[in-house]
Amino acid sequence: MTKSDPPPTTSYTPPPPFSNTTTPLIPIYQGAEAHLYKTTFLTPSTPAALKIRPSKPYRHPILDRRLTRARILQEARCLHKLVKEGVSVPAVLGLDWEFSASPEGNGAGGSWLVMEWVEGPVARVVLERWERHIKTLGRNHGSQSQDVPGDEGEKVRGLMRKIGAAVGSLHKAGVIHGDLTTSNLILRPFSPGASTESRDEDEQVSPSMEGEIVMIDFGLASQSVQDEDRAVDLYVLERAFGSSHPRTEPFFEEVLVGYRESYKGAGPALKRLEDVRMRGRKRSMIG
Amino acid sequence: MSASLETIDLPHLPSSLAVHVALYKDVQNASYLRQQLLSANADFEYAFIDAAMVMSRAHVLSAIFRAVNDYSNERLKSRNVHSEIVFSLSPTNNIADSFRKFGISDSTGSLLVVKVAVTPEITHGSVAAHLAQHVQGSSIPFDDAAISQISDFAKIKKAYKLGSLPSPAASQANGAHDNEKRRLELSVLGAIALRGAT
Repeated sequence: MTKSDPPPTTSYTPPPPFSNTTTPLIPIYQGAEAHLYKTTFLTPSTPAALKIRPSKPYRHPILDRRLTRARILQEARCLHKLVKEGVSVPAVLGLDWEFSASPEGNGAGGSWLVMEWVEGPVARVVLERWERHIKTLGRNHGSQSQDVPGDEGEKVRGLMRKIGAAVGSLHKAGVIHGDLTTSNLILRPFSPGASTESRDEDEQVSPSMEGEIVMIDFGLASQSVQDEDRAVDLYVLERAFGSSHPRTEPFFEEVLVGYRESYKGAGPALKRLEDVRMRGRKRSMIG
Repeated sequence: MSASLETIDLPHLPSSLAVHVALYKDVQNASYLRQQLLSANADFEYAFIDAAMVMSRAHVLSAIFRAVNDYSNERLKSRNVHSEIVFSLSPTNNIADSFRKFGISDSTGSLLVVKVAVTPEITHGSVAAHLAQHVQGSSIPFDDAAISQISDFAKIKKAYKLGSLPSPAASQANGAHDNEKRRLELSVLGAIALRGAT
């Protein structure tokens, strides 16, 4: 769960029981809606991701409580459903949707969700490294072409199909992610410790694409089996590839191949995707 | 006999609330222990759990975490933190039902005992001595290997309404068995965390 954004800078007291904990909370990411920490849960050797949705002082307290509670529950319910269905997502280990304020803190409370820790690089990092590698290859061979060597193409196609299959398994279970980007897909190596952190910046080495795709961050997820919602989910992912990974974009078609093969309802959703591409993510409200 | 009363420090919970756990097999006096609970004998304020309804350490620890967190935040649904631990194992909001399914019964053979040190007088020594005096059974280590010998997976799956999940049958190859057990365990932990979410 690596995101390159800066860690939280403001001092903030998390809600209990984390307000007074002696177990380290390592800040991973801070967004507008939530703080993410790496910590341990249930045993000192079980790594876990702690997501806290802090209260927002500018909102009316009653509304704030209702919104925070509804959103953390929505996320936890989606994850729980997916775990039961066997979809690769982090499991819910603990949850408190009640809005407890830390007694000695700055009055800020919040709801929290503890999830299984997922080890591995996010797809964005893998693809960025791969694109750098391809660029280096091209330079070394003195060619100006954008061509990707056959074996490298096959490798990235395999990864794309895995991504498509993962999204398909999610939609099959009746859940829409709502924010599919390459930062929300983790490539979990099959064997623990197989990650290649030391070679992160080595452009001579093509990054490993072995492993399982695990989807994370269900903060905007919802339950739906409608083709429209599924198509928009795919469209958001397609646009994310287009803007973040220009050299990988030509391979996006393989995501849809992997998706099509993953469940029965994929066909109609992909048909709908064509309509969504024509008009964009938002439905026209005219007429 | 209570040589293996284990004191567990759960991450994030205050260290003042130590958790003592002991696992027994071949318990002879389950009905006596249950009677003490029913008569609300203050000396027997324990979580007495039918160990057959437990699938792993993490399973119990998540119920303890939830109960102790609710205790710290003063929102117990049942009488005390010990009854709340039994209740927290349950995926439903029915307290009586949770005791029928997860709590000690007259026929309980394998018993898991949990005691939270809610007052400073409750120490490892005092709990160990009291249990040694009153539980007639053989103390065994509270670890996943011992628990898996006791777990009744069919009953656990039924209690959590996870019947559609593949059973972690012992006959399967080890890899598949571990994966299925892991999936069942994570589904159970989710059910415990989400209990009461409306």
